Amino acid sequence: MSQALVIVAHGSHLNPGSSTPTYDHADRIRASGAFDEVREAFWKEEPSFREALRTVAADEVFVVPLFVSEGYFTEQVIPRELRLDEWNVAAWDSDGTSASHATLEAEDVGKTVHYCGPVGTHDAMADVLVQRAESITDDPDVGEGFGLAVVGHGTERNENSAKAIHYHADRLRERDRFEEVRALFMDEDPEVDDVEEFFESDDVIVVPLFIADGFHTQEDIPEDMGITDDYRTGYDVPAEVGGTRIWYAGAVGTEPLMADVILERTADAGADVGEAIDRVRADATGAAGD
Amino acid sequence: MNTTQVAALREAAAESVNCDGLRAAADGDEYSLETPEDRREGLSEEAFREAAAAHADYVTNWYVWSRDRPEDRRAFLRWVEGAGDRSVPKRYAALREGTARTWGELRITASLGADGERRYDLRHAADAEREVVDLSVHDDPLAARRLSKHDDDGRYRPLSTAPTLQTGWVFPGLSANELVRAVDGFYPATVANWYRERTGDLDVSDWRGTAERQTGIYDIVDELSSEQVEWIAESCCVDSQCLKRRQWDEHGGEGGELDVPRGDGEFPCREPCSLVIAAARKWTTLEREESREYTFELTPSEKEQVEAIVDAVAEGRTDEIREADVYEGANRYRARFLRAKRFDEAGNLSGAPTDDEDGDEDESEE
Ligand code: SF4
Repeated sequence: MSQALVIVAHGSHLNPGSSTPTYDHADRIRASGAFDEVREAFWKEEPSFREALRTVAADEVFVVPLFVSEGYFTEQVIPRELRLDEWNVAAWDSDGTSASHATLEAEDVGKTVHYCGPVGTHDAMADVLVQRAESITDDPDVGEGFGLAVVGHGTERNENSAKAIHYHADRLRERDRFEEVRALFMDEDPEVDDVEEFFESDDVIVVPLFIADGFHTQEDIPEDMGITDDYRTGYDVPAEVGGTRIWYAGAVGTEPLMADVILERTADAGADVGEAIDRVRADATGAAGD
Repeated sequence: MNTTQVAALREAAAESVNCDGLRAAADGDEYSLETPEDRREGLSEEAFREAAAAHADYVTNWYVWSRDRPEDRRAFLRWVEGAGDRSVPKRYAALREGTARTWGELRITASLGADGERRYDLRHAADAEREVVDLSVHDDPLAARRLSKHDDDGRYRPLSTAPTLQTGWVFPGLSANELVRAVDGFYPATVANWYRERTGDLDVSDWRGTAERQTGIYDIVDELSSEQVEWIAESCCVDSQCLKRRQWDEHGGEGGELDVPRGDGEFPCREPCSLVIAAARKWTTLEREESREYTFELTPSEKEQVEAIVDAVAEGRTDEIREADVYEGANRYRARFLRAKRFDEAGNLSGAPTDDEDGDEDESEE
């Protein structure tokens, strides 16, 4: 029986780079051969969520939201626009970071949809954050002497967004690889503006848990942290702020290993992905490690 | 034609074949093969092969179209070569020359490869006459997604069906599946919706339903009146702005139809898109303001010039107005002169203040 993957992401009317990570991850998964079809769909670009399912032939579709946390988009907008009429957020039975999947019918196309939790809350994201830290420092063993800040937007729309940041920070702390791990935010305490004050280490890697680079990750955060006065002139990696070397990594969502998280989501939901996870992992870590 | 195709036809004859004028059937060891021009019965296996060879175009045509394929993609591919309107001999004659169709701004030329397999050349319609070597050549259909993101001036295209597709590229040798994939990369979901419309299955979602479905920051767009919705369609959905044919109206009931022309596009638009909804949100807040009277001093030519400027921006013509063409009201020097003469230091036209509470909040929300 054929199976399709549809990756659903936000996209943008203004920023052409917004869809790039989605395409890149989709291409990597396509190359792994795990699915008969892989499609991308967007809230702000095309195909829209409303019309994505009719572009795949398979009767069984795995839908993975390329979003950082459970909230407005994953709980309301996406299920509504995909016409998963029977959807109820209770189907995920989630504490805010634990959604795995729910199986529903899309009313307009009569297909079975395995609606997965967002990539951002999957356990495998911790590996992507580490991978990001390794690639920005160009050190596969980075950890000793380094602090790690996981940065989120803050609670403006939904408290689950902060939960996801804390969740990963806690798990990374338990791994005992970095000297210190902290969750920081753009819009609430502890704020990323004062990043160097929250760490004892001389070197701090800062990774925003964002899907794509955009205004927040390229302009606001670098200026807020003080690694540049004007984002247009760029910033150094590392950059020194108040005696601390800040290694700013940019959006974690652009990391090739994100493709693995998407696959893990579908495997958790019952997709037959065979060896693809191993292949994508090898491919993504190889691609990022040199 | 090759032996695999003939063997496949002979096998399929057992269940009987009927495709574009070709009929084949089997009764035990005896076969029949028929085209509009010829009918042969009581054929042995050997004679069947000979008959097939005599009608090779019919056989390869059957072979190509007997392939398992989703209905919408199959219908689209048949439309590309005019399979519904032309007999096999006529169609094959056209395919040997290359037969072209336009889909939005795309030009698709179907031709014959080995053993009747279709090959497709895909390019911008404006590049129809250009040589392949003069264009940037692509073979991966997924490249279409990225080509569609910018226009010829390098500007981002948020609406894939805006008539601003960049030129200068070609996919010279796509297979059928690759063609569908590339077309869908340029104009996502247009094939699926076109097919639904042809089969009477297009699920149009009118303005009211779409507006009422919105939540979050778009929740407010259902405040707009019929007249305002009409202005939106006129602003965004006409052929000069979008190549989809608008099939949605204000609502499905009596008097719900919009007056704005739907457009002549090949493929339908089944509901207001995200760009229109985002713009509608801005208009909803802007339209909450009441009109008021201002007093301006303008010469008659200046009044006309203001109109010319609005017109040039609305038609996207500002780039075409030449530097020294001071006869154009929307010429840059003319506009600068008007500003120098009629604006005060605060940028107010004729020194008339807009008001203290001008509604300029929430600029770039998405
Ligand atoms: S609503 Fe439809 S017709 Fe109007 S601009 Fe959007 S896609 Fe084009």
